Order: sequence, then C-alpha cells, then structure tokens
Amino acid sequence: MIYLVLFLEFFKVGLFCFGGAFGMIPLIRDTVLSHGWLTDEAFYDFVGVCESTPGPIAVNVATYVGATQGGVLGSACATLGVIMPSFIIILLIAAVLKNLTKNVWFAAFLSGVKPVAVAMILATGVALVLKSVGLAKLNFSLHVPSLVVFTVLCAVYFAVKRLRKKALSAIWLILLSAALGIAVCLALEYCGIAV
Amino acid sequence: MLWQLFFTFFKIGLFTFGGGYAMIANIREVVVTRRGWLDDDELLEIITVAESTPGPIAINLATYVGYRRRGVLGAAAATLGVVLPSFVIIFAISMFLDAFMANKYVSFAFVGVKCAVAILILKAGLSMLGKVKKRPLPLVLFGTVFALMLVCELLALSFSTVFAILTGGLVGLISYAISKGAHKGGAA
Repeated sequence: MIYLVLFLEFFKVGLFCFGGAFGMIPLIRDTVLSHGWLTDEAFYDFVGVCESTPGPIAVNVATYVGATQGGVLGSACATLGVIMPSFIIILLIAAVLKNLTKNVWFAAFLSGVKPVAVAMILATGVALVLKSVGLAKLNFSLHVPSLVVFTVLCAVYFAVKRLRKKALSAIWLILLSAALGIAVCLALEYCGIAV
Repeated sequence: MLWQLFFTFFKIGLFTFGGGYAMIANIREVVVTRRGWLDDDELLEIITVAESTPGPIAINLATYVGYRRRGVLGAAAATLGVVLPSFVIIFAISMFLDAFMANKYVSFAFVGVKCAVAILILKAGLSMLGKVKKRPLPLVLFGTVFALMLVCELLALSFSTVFAILTGGLVGLISYAISKGAHKGGAA
C-alpha cells in the first residue's frame, strides 16, 4: 500500500515542519532516508533542483518522491499529504480558533519548538558541509572539488554582500555553483586527478 | 470568483522561486496591491499565523486568503492553484532526472550545487538563530539538539526529527507550567 504510506509519511512531514522553507529539510530528509526512497546524495541534488524551480520545497520533494515510488498517483498522494495539515490547521484557525496563536499554552509550545527547529536546520547544514568535503565518519579523505567550490562560493557570497549590500539570490548562487562545479572538476580531471 | 482565486494563486505558484519568504513579496503585490483582497494589516496578521503553524508559508497564505474570500471551497481552489504548477513541473522533471544526472557534466555541476545548497541551509539557519530568544531555556534546547543531531549525523546514527520537535514543545509547555506555578506560589 505504497500510496497510503506516501500520504501518511508526507502528512507527518506537513504536520511537524515548523520554521519555514528550510525547516522542513531535516524532516523530509529523515523520512526519505528511513524509507530508502532516496539516497542522501540524491536528496541534496534534488534540493538543488528545487531551488531553481518554482514552488515550496516541501511540495516539490513530495511530488518527486511520490513520482519515483508510485507514478502519478503516488505523486498526488504524497503532495496531498504534505499540504493537508496546513490546509486543515489554517481552516480551523480562520473559522473557529481565531485566537489560537495568541493562546499562552500554544505560545509556550512554540517557544520550545522554535529553537529545536533552528538547531536541526543548522546541524543539517553543518553536517552537509562536512560530508561534502569528506570530513564525516572520521575518515579524512578530502573531496578536493567540493572544498574548492565551497571556499570560492563563500568568498563570492561575502564579497557580493559587502560590495552590493545585498545577498546573492538563491538562483544565482545555484547557477554560479553549477558553473564552478563543472570548471573545477574539469580542471582537476585535466590534471589527472580523479574526481 | 472561484476560478479567479484558483488562477491568481496558480500564477503565484508558477512565478515564485525558492519558496517561503520569497513568495511573500509576490503574494503581497497580487493580493493586496492588485486585487485588494486584503489590506497590509490583514496580510501581516496572516503571516504571523503562518509563521507559528506548520507547513509551507505559501500554502498557509493561499488557504487563508481563499477561505476569507469564498469559504472552504475558496480555500481549496486557492491551495490547489498554488500547488499545481510545482506539481506539474516536478512531475515532468522526475521523468528524465535520472538520465539527466547520469551525464558527466551534470554530475560535475551538482558537485557545486551541493555546496550552494549547504550555504543556503546555513544562511537560513543562522538568520533564524538570530531570532531565537537569548534566554537560558531556548539556548539550552538549541545547543542540546544541535550537538545531538550533528553527532548522530556524523556517526550515521538515527535521529528522529519528529521526536525532537515534540520534545521541544513539551519542554516549552512544562517550563511555562512551572513558571506559572512558581508565580502563583510566590503571590500566595
């Protein structure tokens, strides 16, 4: 019953993802990895694709995972699952629980949830950097191309922020990183270093 | 009117990249300035609600605006509208993504893209960290979960994100109950 599993798992993602667009990355990753729906590599590659296509990341990942596991129907089940909790909760707030967000107990619940959500986002980000450059699991085999691209990207990002007083937008960062990835890998390959 | 709600949010879903807060400016332009469906105060109120409820902010906004205009049917039309473009585009991509990724140059490009994704995640996390209240409880929660999750990640141990969220909420509730009890005890 893959359709029901997809619906329920993404319903859970939709219900527990606090903290905006990036708040759902740790949750979705947890879900797709524990079911073996995507590898870690494929997951982050797809997040990169999502940053360059329109729409919320959670919806995009749900649609993609659903499609790979169960075609159009799987895709529809996963997408419906991920949006259903928001839909129901907002309807409840709009119709009957108008003051839910002003309720002190609800605020107390959120005051504990928010730092956890932020911690999970940052831990995911730091782990991704360490894994990409090859520093995870105590085996120190540096992945040179990632290290070079990461350093250059950070430098460009901060330089642009300094000079133009405005952060580089996500889509430009993605495009630049793709070009850098190709350039660095080709250069290393040309020098006879395996990438 | 239902059709108009659907189509307006379809356009918002189609032309907003990056999700989340990138969508707010676009939604404001359409819903407040052009259509006059909400005023700025209402929009701000809805954003506050969306921030404290789970789910993608674009979905929350579409549901809320749709409901205000045309009840449950309006909410369904707007929500479906904002989701449909992503659904169609991603479904199309899913059909050829594997073949696309097998290409050597594409795989080189994605070595770079992964770094960009890491920077975007770190940037989002850091800007949210700035908004975490600098009081003992939130900071301890943050520190504990950050350290635990990072260790689990690096040692490939399992870490339940849902469990972490629920524990955080429970700690928030308990600490509020204790502080309320202490306050009452002190007053009595």
